[in-house]
Amino acid sequence: MQVSVKYFASLRELVGEASSVIDVEENTPVSELWQSIIESKNIEFDNVMMAVNMEYVKSEYQLKSGDEVAFFPPVTGG
Amino acid sequence: MLIEIRKKPFNAYTEMQCYLDSLDIAGHYGATANFVGTMRDFNEDKKVTYMTLEHYPGMTEKHLDAIAKSASEKWNLLDVLILHRIGKVKIGEDIVLVATWSAHRKDAFESCRAIMEQLKSGAPFWKKEETNSGAKWVEKNTPGY
Repeated sequence: MQVSVKYFASLRELVGEASSVIDVEENTPVSELWQSIIESKNIEFDNVMMAVNMEYVKSEYQLKSGDEVAFFPPVTGG
Repeated sequence: MLIEIRKKPFNAYTEMQCYLDSLDIAGHYGATANFVGTMRDFNEDKKVTYMTLEHYPGMTEKHLDAIAKSASEKWNLLDVLILHRIGKVKIGEDIVLVATWSAHRKDAFESCRAIMEQLKSGAPFWKKEETNSGAKWVEKNTPGY
């Protein structure tokens, strides 16, 4: 199945793209997807925040087909 | 309740008055609390010339909406206004406005503070500062308490 992945701010610059579509197995934990991304891109990034379908999720969230996943650094608004 | 992400500069005090004028709460509210965040020309000993604010379209609005609704459930509020800038922000321009109206000061004060702190810690916005030593993403917000 496929999920769409978005990156923001410093992480987008580090990854080198704003979004991508990635094939994963159903029920893959979002933390595993993140691990595979940082390994394939050969990057290091601490304190990543994760959201699925525009809501924060825990690292054990299990991905479903069509999920919109977002990875980003700690927020700094206000 | 009004929550807006603004690409263009706004004057927080004018916005607050305009929004209040559009409401029909005169006589009902006895307390107004607000927080206005404004662009400085320094951060962590560095001179900042301007800043670029990025957000996550869709999630940012959804998150702010949830924060405001949660505050409305916890405190007795007559209305809530949240405005936040994105894009290029110049020195002296307003970045964020949170305003709350209630019958008594406790609800207005406490809800305004809580909304602002939750915005700071969870709403997906990111600042990139242009400093005298180059552009730099702000890594974290300073604690509010």
